[in-house]
Amino acid sequence: MTESKQSHTAIIQRSLARRYRAEKRFRAYGLMAITFGLLCVALLFTDIISKGYKAFLQTSIQLNITYDADVLGISDLNNKQQVALADFQGLVKKSLQARFPDVTGRKEKRDLVSLVSSGAGYDLRDRLIANPQLLGNTETLWLSADDDIDTYYKSMGDENGAFTGRTSEMRQGWIETLKQDGDIKLGLNRVFFTHGDSREPEQAGIWGAAMGSLFTLIITLSLSFPIGVAAAVYLEEFAPRNRWTDLIEVNINNLAAVPSIIFGLLGLAIFINFFHVPRSVPLVGGLVLTLMTLPTIIISSRASIKAVPPSIREAAIGVGASPMQVVLHHVLPLAMPGMLTGAIIGMAQALGETAPLLMIGMVAFIVDIPGGFTEPATVLPVQIFLWADSPERAFVEKTSAAIMVLLAFLIMMNTLAVVLRKRLERRW
Amino acid sequence: MVNKLVTDTAEMLEEKTASRKAVVHSTAYPEQAIGSPFVKNPKMSMRNVDVFYGEKQAIFNVNVDIGQNEVIAMIGPSGCGKSTFLRSINRMNDTVDSCRVKGELTLDGEDIYSAKMDPVALRARVGMVFQKPNPFPKSIYDNVSYGPRLHGLASRRAELDEIVEMSLHRAGLWEEVKDRLDQPGTGLSGGQQQRLCIARAIAISPEVILMDEPCSALDPIATAKIEELIAELSENYTIAIVTHSMQQAARVSHRTAYFHLGHLVEVNDTEKVFTAPEHELTEAYITGRFG
Repeated sequence: MTESKQSHTAIIQRSLARRYRAEKRFRAYGLMAITFGLLCVALLFTDIISKGYKAFLQTSIQLNITYDADVLGISDLNNKQQVALADFQGLVKKSLQARFPDVTGRKEKRDLVSLVSSGAGYDLRDRLIANPQLLGNTETLWLSADDDIDTYYKSMGDENGAFTGRTSEMRQGWIETLKQDGDIKLGLNRVFFTHGDSREPEQAGIWGAAMGSLFTLIITLSLSFPIGVAAAVYLEEFAPRNRWTDLIEVNINNLAAVPSIIFGLLGLAIFINFFHVPRSVPLVGGLVLTLMTLPTIIISSRASIKAVPPSIREAAIGVGASPMQVVLHHVLPLAMPGMLTGAIIGMAQALGETAPLLMIGMVAFIVDIPGGFTEPATVLPVQIFLWADSPERAFVEKTSAAIMVLLAFLIMMNTLAVVLRKRLERRW
Repeated sequence: MVNKLVTDTAEMLEEKTASRKAVVHSTAYPEQAIGSPFVKNPKMSMRNVDVFYGEKQAIFNVNVDIGQNEVIAMIGPSGCGKSTFLRSINRMNDTVDSCRVKGELTLDGEDIYSAKMDPVALRARVGMVFQKPNPFPKSIYDNVSYGPRLHGLASRRAELDEIVEMSLHRAGLWEEVKDRLDQPGTGLSGGQQQRLCIARAIAISPEVILMDEPCSALDPIATAKIEELIAELSENYTIAIVTHSMQQAARVSHRTAYFHLGHLVEVNDTEKVFTAPEHELTEAYITGRFG
């Protein structure tokens, strides 16, 4: 008896050691998985940030600009046509030629002028219109450098040499001169945060796409959340359990797995071709993303409604609440945090979605910043796609910077979700 | 009578074992519940009640009355259908899709299952206290005032305050919570939560209160408080209580109904059921031969 008892203990002891080893291994696997995940995230972030942070800076060149009425061909500032036709880029040309008087050849002159962004003329026009007394006077200004110069200047300190690209040795010499005189500098890139897209990297900004994303998401949220919650409440609380509701349930689950580009095609066929909603606008983008997000919201809302304890429902029914009152007073408030989480996950998915928007024309090159739901727009991920596709070297950093903006958007949304959830949960 | 029962339940049970003489020496279900299932001027009456869950029949041809201001206890082994029967009385079973109730159930002579009877209005007249305390995740005040607010029983805040105070008083909870009415009801102890649920039920002044094992999740002290409360409440309300504890049934009820696998076997004055059961099955259950 005692013998067998001892041997039992020994067996258990031996197996215990084995069990603890297995447990340790299991924990180590988990730790490894998490470390791997964190490493990937860290790698992603360092890569994007190291590539992209320079996009938030912009090289500019200091020049003395004389608003010469003859060069501009303006006799009367109130004459809109004259102002529209005026050669403001000529002012830049004159100023640069005055700065480097020994440049003579045609080609060299062209190279010299292109040190400064071809969009500088527009800035000068805006300044002159705002301050008419400048006409005929001279002022010292910092003007954006061309993207080739920008790229070269930013890479000058790099270990493996500066990226010259299309910057000839002659232009490098001019930059050196400017640098010695303190007439070239790196400053904050305001254009990036205030402008829409452009073919010229130094004039391209993210604001147009950010506004497009904002308008699109407003449409998506304001449609998909109420519709999704209403559908979930009906299916969970009121719908009879029969073959039809089973069919609906299966279809909703299937829809959640449909590739997003299909929703784009659906939007193209229905909203644009049938209902004649204009193309490329946040309205149609929002509608398509609503279709895409709905299943996610319905499924997560149903799960959180299911998680409301039945005892609360019974208590409410027991004191004579009508079915609608049970839902509005008890089920919805208790399920709301879960529903919000689902909605935010859906929104985050919608924010990062590109494929369906390609089908409804939101991939267009749009310079103007959209001011409403029916103005042509593009969205952040599409902007990233467009810039990643552009040949200019300067767009590489812009792409990374746009990704950073998109991630910042996402983090903001998730923070909002956490805050909202905490707020609502505190109501027990 | 209640107090007397409280003091000598244990002795009673022993004594009765010696002196019992079951009238019906058969383990077959009686056609009709034996004893005295019917009373004069009943508050509620149930006739030929069958309850089905899908294909499965849970209650078989139950006939019983509940008298005015009476406490009727329903006892029986687990799964005997006493909770199902209780939940049929205020149509809580409507929320179960597969559940069907047949037969005639009336409250003050009105058919509970007729098309004219609104289940919401019915539940305002027949309140319910559940097995597990289930306060709303709201403040104590909101828990009690929820019902009156729903039904528009108070037009002014002061009236509502009065209802809340009175209900908590009656539930014996006022002294314990009067200083923290704005705190969550879920933060109370189990016994307090159950009394809060009783306060919530009586806040809408129901005529009948159904209690489904109200003390099964509570300790003996909390149980004693609830039992005291039931005795007090029976002055104003009609109470039907389902319980697993025979001692509890003996302590709080006037009449006791014994259910066995969906059949109502015996209904009698509580004292009689526990001292001289008329049916073999009842006797077997209360003497502990099964259950």
